[in-house]
Amino acid sequence: MMNKKSKRVKFLINQMAETTLKELELQKNPLLTIPVRALSNTVFNEEEGMLKMGDSTQERLFFHQGMAKKFMQTFLVASACTELLEVDKTTSIRDLFYMTKHTLSKGENTFDEQDESDPIIEDLEVCLGTLREDLHLFASNKGTMVGNITVVDAGDTINCRRVGSGGWGIPSIVEDHVIKFGKTEADFILLVEKDAVWRRLNEDKFWKTHNCIMLQSGGQTSRGVRRLIRRMHEELGLPVYVLVDNDPWGLYIYSVLKQGSINLAYDSIRMAVPKARFIGLSSFDREAFDLPDVVTISLNKKDEARARQMMEYPWFADKKWQREMKKMLDSRVKLELEALSARGISFITDIYLPQKLNNDDYLD
Amino acid sequence: MTDKEIILDRDDLDDTVDIEEIAGDDEETEVEEPVDDSDSDDDGGVTPPGRRSRAEKMATKQRSISISEFFAKNKQLLGFDSPARAVMTTVKEAVDNALDACEEAGILPELHVTIENLEDDKLRVTTLDNGPGIVKKQIPKIFGQLLYGSKFHSLKQSRGQQGIGISAAGMYGQLTTGRPVCIISRTAPDKPAHLFELVLDLKSNRPRVVTDTEVEFPHDHGTSVSIDIVGVYKSGRHSIDEYLAQTAVANPHAAIYYDGPRGSLVFPRVSEQLPPEAQEIRPHPYGVELGMLMKILRETSARTLSGALQHEFSRVTPNVAQKICEEAGVPISRAPKRLKGEEIEAIHKAIPKVKIMAPSATAIVPIGERLMRRGLAREISDAEFYISKSRPPSVYKGNPFLVEVALAYGGELKGIVDTSEMDDRSIAGIEFDEEKTVAAALLELPGFTRKKAGELADKAGVARRMRVKKLTDDEFEALRVTYNEMSRKEAKSSPAQIIRLANRVPLLYQQKACAISRAIMDINWRRYGITQPKGGFPQGALVIIVHLASVWVPFTSESKEAVAHYNEIISEMKLAIQLCARELGNYLQKKDKLRAARERKDIFARYTGELARAISNITGKDAVKIQELIETATERYTIANFETEKPDMEAEEAYQTPKKSKSTGDGEDDASGDEWDTDGNGADADTDDQAGEAVEEGVDDQPDDDPGDGEDTDPDDDESGAADEDDSDGDDSDLTPEPSAASRGSLAPKSHGKKRQQSLFFDFEGDDDE
Repeated sequence: MMNKKSKRVKFLINQMAETTLKELELQKNPLLTIPVRALSNTVFNEEEGMLKMGDSTQERLFFHQGMAKKFMQTFLVASACTELLEVDKTTSIRDLFYMTKHTLSKGENTFDEQDESDPIIEDLEVCLGTLREDLHLFASNKGTMVGNITVVDAGDTINCRRVGSGGWGIPSIVEDHVIKFGKTEADFILLVEKDAVWRRLNEDKFWKTHNCIMLQSGGQTSRGVRRLIRRMHEELGLPVYVLVDNDPWGLYIYSVLKQGSINLAYDSIRMAVPKARFIGLSSFDREAFDLPDVVTISLNKKDEARARQMMEYPWFADKKWQREMKKMLDSRVKLELEALSARGISFITDIYLPQKLNNDDYLD
Repeated sequence: MTDKEIILDRDDLDDTVDIEEIAGDDEETEVEEPVDDSDSDDDGGVTPPGRRSRAEKMATKQRSISISEFFAKNKQLLGFDSPARAVMTTVKEAVDNALDACEEAGILPELHVTIENLEDDKLRVTTLDNGPGIVKKQIPKIFGQLLYGSKFHSLKQSRGQQGIGISAAGMYGQLTTGRPVCIISRTAPDKPAHLFELVLDLKSNRPRVVTDTEVEFPHDHGTSVSIDIVGVYKSGRHSIDEYLAQTAVANPHAAIYYDGPRGSLVFPRVSEQLPPEAQEIRPHPYGVELGMLMKILRETSARTLSGALQHEFSRVTPNVAQKICEEAGVPISRAPKRLKGEEIEAIHKAIPKVKIMAPSATAIVPIGERLMRRGLAREISDAEFYISKSRPPSVYKGNPFLVEVALAYGGELKGIVDTSEMDDRSIAGIEFDEEKTVAAALLELPGFTRKKAGELADKAGVARRMRVKKLTDDEFEALRVTYNEMSRKEAKSSPAQIIRLANRVPLLYQQKACAISRAIMDINWRRYGITQPKGGFPQGALVIIVHLASVWVPFTSESKEAVAHYNEIISEMKLAIQLCARELGNYLQKKDKLRAARERKDIFARYTGELARAISNITGKDAVKIQELIETATERYTIANFETEKPDMEAEEAYQTPKKSKSTGDGEDDASGDEWDTDGNGADADTDDQAGEAVEEGVDDQPDDDPGDGEDTDPDDDESGAADEDDSDGDDSDLTPEPSAASRGSLAPKSHGKKRQQSLFFDFEGDDDE
């Protein structure tokens, strides 16, 4: 049986289809109004400290050479979601890509690549004002967690203190009907960009000695990781520290976690952690921790351009951020987290992190 | 050919001449170079030191040169500079004369042109017409004497002008084969047909009759001219086939039968009606040159200036004469012969300032828009669009003229002569040397290189090294088919075929030097949707016919192959071509829109099924009904808009200048004439510009897919590593706001000018200008 939420989503999809039918009957050009997911329609809400979607919308018409296919694709995805809702099953967005990939005439496919269907899903989300989870879709699991916390995942109790060297895999959907929090003693959350660094810390039992929860996101944070951090931050009242490479891309991982992404600005309210703290690597750490020059990597042109672009973002307008990025540009080098190992294999566990934490040496 | 009147004095017709003697004459009459050797002088004078010769001595070598001698040495002036051209010119002159004679006598022409191979490189060219025939005593002069004719002294549209052509052809034949010209003519059923064999005495420009007998003749009346010449029979471009086909287009009332060495062609007549007879007129004052004016005033029999102007010029009324005189400040009563040079100059300057009626259009006979189009459509039957336009008569140098243009566009234009129907082993009209290898033989094809010839052989699956004579018919056919395919592909970038007609006579040579070519190249064809290299001919499947009809066509030379560059003529040609090109542009624009609409429809149709199923799946409603619903709506958003619109007659009329409706149209010209507008193109040029804009507007009409402003997109997350995650926004186009439905031309065809809407398919039967 469909739950209340599913019924509501199904109703919204049906309404969208009925509107189109009515337009066709009136010989009007069927139209879907879709909020624009782009920087131009992203507003930084300083008060809330997060990115929000603006009011701009785009019109997707069927009788338009450039839009006809996307219009059809949108309904194709909506139709597949209806099916999922009806049978109360959840599937991956990759699965959905295969569910909706058909051959049209002349060897043309409804979708050629998943890259094509993923944005359509996001269009549908914003068009209906629902979330991907509500459409019974999820991304593949990404990110792992370890630390002083117990979670209940789909009814199974997971003690994150005893999840071995690999940690607990964070599912794509972490809403409270799937994930519930149990007993926790942790004082803070530490997100590490890189799996290898996270493993070093786990092996060194950093979470035990510093009483925290450690997550790794394997690069850019997935929706699941972001939502989980947000929930723990909010529901358990834990501060969040972010440890990323010292380069523009690392900084942007922090930025997305903190105030949301441009593409998913509509979801910021559920995912952003405006109070997230950037603990490292800072461009100033090279001197502070006496890292040898040999471990630095020169900034390439792309890096520099990206850094300059980010300096323009309103949420990095603050002096301390400008100083941080200017330092990076001036020194013309970037640092990977692994560079810390130049000072010793557990330098990060024993010296770097403790020192930064103790000194409250972070940016937010 | 009764049009040749007695103008020169009588000659003894019974004089005969030995052919050997003529050959000897030829040697003798050569104009010798001045000789350097003063010792051989026999007049006893002494050449002063340092000088080569004396006037007295030189005088002994100075003598008059007969016109025949001159042309014998300057064959190229008359179009006999190569054996291939000699054949063409011979046919051309005979056909011109035959058509002129038929028309003057009021007989629907029926021509039989025969070319036979004789021994060696000799050919016999015979033309037989059903014309009025020629009276016996005139035959020798017409065919045996240069510059003998009836047309030179009259101001009236005709094909021949100077009376050189046919006798020059005969002379060429005589010079190359030593054989006389053979003429058979009969003037009425009750009279005998006379056979003459004539030779031309090059020294005296006098004909000599070799044979004069009575013979049987197949027609009640008519003339047969047979000339033996040394010549080369060519096919393809500049061929007799092509010439006759173009002649048929230019003379829709003529039936032409052709028997050549390679097969027969028949061009039945398109019209059973003779064109109206061209009237003789006096010169018109506009455009008369000062020297000409002086000559006219000196030779006039009128006693007063006013009278002279009225009498010697057309369209000069007493009122006009007075205005000219007032403007010039010369009393109207002055005796014309006593006018001073400055006065005549003042009169000459005054003429353009006075409004004078157009010269009578009765002197010029256009083919007519409808017949031109029909003639073109018969010869080029597979084009998709035909259009023709006539301009009102205009004037250059006091001579009225008129320009007509017809265009054929699109389809698979095979060219005016479809040689594929000729029953022989030729490609593009070229017969190959059977002894050659395929690769070598194919090099003879126009524009073929070694590489291209090899390519053609390979594509056709024929061994390059095979000798032509060993090719089976199937293999030859494969070569022909492949060649046609290749040339069709090239046709898109090959220049348009241009058919130049002057007084219904096709001009085949010296295309570059011709005013018609200049006019065509001067036009910006790109404006009409036709490709054109800078300053070149338009390209593509396009045939352009330009006909210049005038009482006196100004040719660049006596061989009559290129129209001289007179601004008045070029300007009229351009206007006429633009009238046609504009219609073509409209057609292409419309076609483009239709194609775009069809493409759009295709796109929508492709997604209709999926969309219907998806909506059906969501709503639980019947997919078939939903599909029908979408299909109905599709009609509204694609082609329906264009198909329901009716051609706008108003726009059709807007193209025609007001004066046109009265003064032109299939020869039924209004003799009263209209107000003359010497520069006459201001208004037309304007409308043309508008049309150009209309075409350009149309191009913009396509729906714009994605405005594609990359700046709105966020390249941030490309390296996020989360392939299946949210932050991949490479698909910028979709996120960019699209213009609203109302602002898009694609769905609102109302935005482009209805004025220019035309019926798509030109109905050439329907829009007669008669």
